[in-house]
Amino acid sequence: MSEQLIVPTMAEMMAEGKTPDILFWVGSAGSYDDRAKKITKAFVKILNKANVNFAVLGTEESATGDLAKRSGNEFLFQMQAIMNIEVLNGYEVKKIVTCDPHSFNCLKNEYPGLGGKYEVLHHTQFIKELINTKQLEIKDSDYKGKRITFHDPCYLGRANSEYEAPRDVLNTLNATLLEMKRSKSTALCCGAGGAQMFKEPEKGDKDINELRTEDALKTNPDIIATGCPYCMTMMSDGVKVKEKENEIKVMDVAELIASSQNL
Amino acid sequence: MNYLPNILFAIVLIAGIGFFAKNVQKLFRNIKLGKDKEINDNKPQRWKNMAMIALGQSKMVKRPVSGFFHIIVYVGFVIINIEVLEIIIDGLFGTHRIGHQVLPESLYGFLIGTFEILATLVFIAVVIFWIRRNVIKLKRFMSAEMKGWPKNDGNFILYFEMVLMTLFLVMNATDSSFQAANSGNVISQFISPLFGDNLETLHIIERGAWWLHITGILVFLNYLYYSKHLHILLAFPNTYFGKLTPKGQFPNNDVVTKEVMLMMDPDADPYAAPAEDATDEPPAKFGASDVQDLSWLNLLNAYSCTECGRCTSECPANLTGKKLSPRKIMMDTRDRLEEVGKNIDANKGVFVDDGRQLLNDYITPEELWACTSCNACVEACPISIDPLNIIMEMRSYLVMEESAAPMELNNMMTNIENNGAPWPYNQMDRLNWKDE
Repeated sequence: MSEQLIVPTMAEMMAEGKTPDILFWVGSAGSYDDRAKKITKAFVKILNKANVNFAVLGTEESATGDLAKRSGNEFLFQMQAIMNIEVLNGYEVKKIVTCDPHSFNCLKNEYPGLGGKYEVLHHTQFIKELINTKQLEIKDSDYKGKRITFHDPCYLGRANSEYEAPRDVLNTLNATLLEMKRSKSTALCCGAGGAQMFKEPEKGDKDINELRTEDALKTNPDIIATGCPYCMTMMSDGVKVKEKENEIKVMDVAELIASSQNL
Repeated sequence: MNYLPNILFAIVLIAGIGFFAKNVQKLFRNIKLGKDKEINDNKPQRWKNMAMIALGQSKMVKRPVSGFFHIIVYVGFVIINIEVLEIIIDGLFGTHRIGHQVLPESLYGFLIGTFEILATLVFIAVVIFWIRRNVIKLKRFMSAEMKGWPKNDGNFILYFEMVLMTLFLVMNATDSSFQAANSGNVISQFISPLFGDNLETLHIIERGAWWLHITGILVFLNYLYYSKHLHILLAFPNTYFGKLTPKGQFPNNDVVTKEVMLMMDPDADPYAAPAEDATDEPPAKFGASDVQDLSWLNLLNAYSCTECGRCTSECPANLTGKKLSPRKIMMDTRDRLEEVGKNIDANKGVFVDDGRQLLNDYITPEELWACTSCNACVEACPISIDPLNIIMEMRSYLVMEESAAPMELNNMMTNIENNGAPWPYNQMDRLNWKDE
């Protein structure tokens, strides 16, 4: 790594008497999954580049409980939620950004009823905001003219009706944005949602990520873009199954922005 | 003796409507077997949804071909039914085409002409629907859950509509005074010659068609309760009560919140005697294993489903050959609800345990665990049905009451409990990525 990432924690900030403008919720995948960690770092590079006054919870962060809830374990979900809300409210957090649409959905929609009311943004929404307010300048990139297709994460798209932010951000790269036949509100799930990521699929004739990868391949892309660490795993595996990993990259929107600006 | 037809008509009408009313009552009772759920927020938005989605068919046209023909049948059905008003007045008072007598000639002609054109269009649309189901055999009509009664039901409805439209046109074609007036007989004038010009024969056919038409409508009305066709009525309340919050927002269980709050409260005394006002009610069951555990809205959803299969045709699990079909979830819920309803009827108003339930006897865990919670089914439904909510309620039952999650998910949840992450990593390593 050429440059050290600046990642202050809430505890450090508080000790110094500072208040961050926004909390970056890293999420479990972003913290531990090797591929997702790269997305986390790419996003931090963007935050650093744009001089965003942010902090993370670090070791005080715990799973949102989203996975437990989708698995049917409401009890575990609420235990996690209430624990996290105590921490978040303790730090008087007002605004949260996360790279994980599942955390995004859970924090935004399911925490308020349990006492956790925050403004919650998906990182593509936040990056769009940074670009719009000129805090982040997008200069000419290597992605100019590249064929990029965006796979809508269910929990960003259908679940929260955000289809434009990731596309708006991708459009700043001057790439050719291609739409799959099933996209936006009719996008096909990557197969990871509802805790499927953590179990073997039921008996069927195909894996869902394979079918979704076929959708993507039909657009003949150079890059499949996503905005979710779980979609990332599923689509990367799908591309490998199709033996296309040498020609087609699967990248998060944040990674595309960061690498386009040589961050 | 002259009043015989009038009396006969009144009897048929009262019997038809009375029987229907009885079934509507049963419908309400069955829906109310579901758990209470208060829905009275944001009424303007709810009316708007009903106007757009049910009345305006906004989601039907997402699939242009079926959407287009559906609108023809829908508009035709609603408008042609104005004619029923005239039929009822004629039937009760022994008049003949009362509209023709009281309305200006041109207006009556315009109305009947419109009905005739619509009847013809409906007939064509219905034939196309029949071809889609029986000749082209569209995939979504051929799924496993569509065998037997559901398939026949779909076709019966189409035959009914073909017959009713034909009877309406024949009735007009053989009405010699109506044909003689030559106003509004835009379609029937071409059918009229087929029946010859013997006035007596024409009159008999006309009366026959008239009686069959109105009896057919009444029979069809009563068929609804037994059929997927209930959607023509229930689509309206169903879209009104449909979910307004983001699709990704799953409701939080208040009972669980109370328990968790109590657990986390450092001042709570775990050995404390129950509060004075505590009742002896058994603790609430978590999730749903049978229809009574679902909300009334889930049950209304089940009765509203017309088994079009748009949900299933968008479901990632179903598309990849898994057993899960959101349409089947709705059909099973309705079938079980009907079974419970019949049980109550047979046992003088009380449900007697029949050793069966929605879970396992209708819906298997294999189906429930195949769901990715992606909301594709919810998005696809043209009338705001939410199969995902039922799936999640049933998963909740499996996990919280039976501890019957797939092993890998149990491991994942144990990890969350112990380390605050779905993987067995130490929470103290959560920020390690920063320096890697």
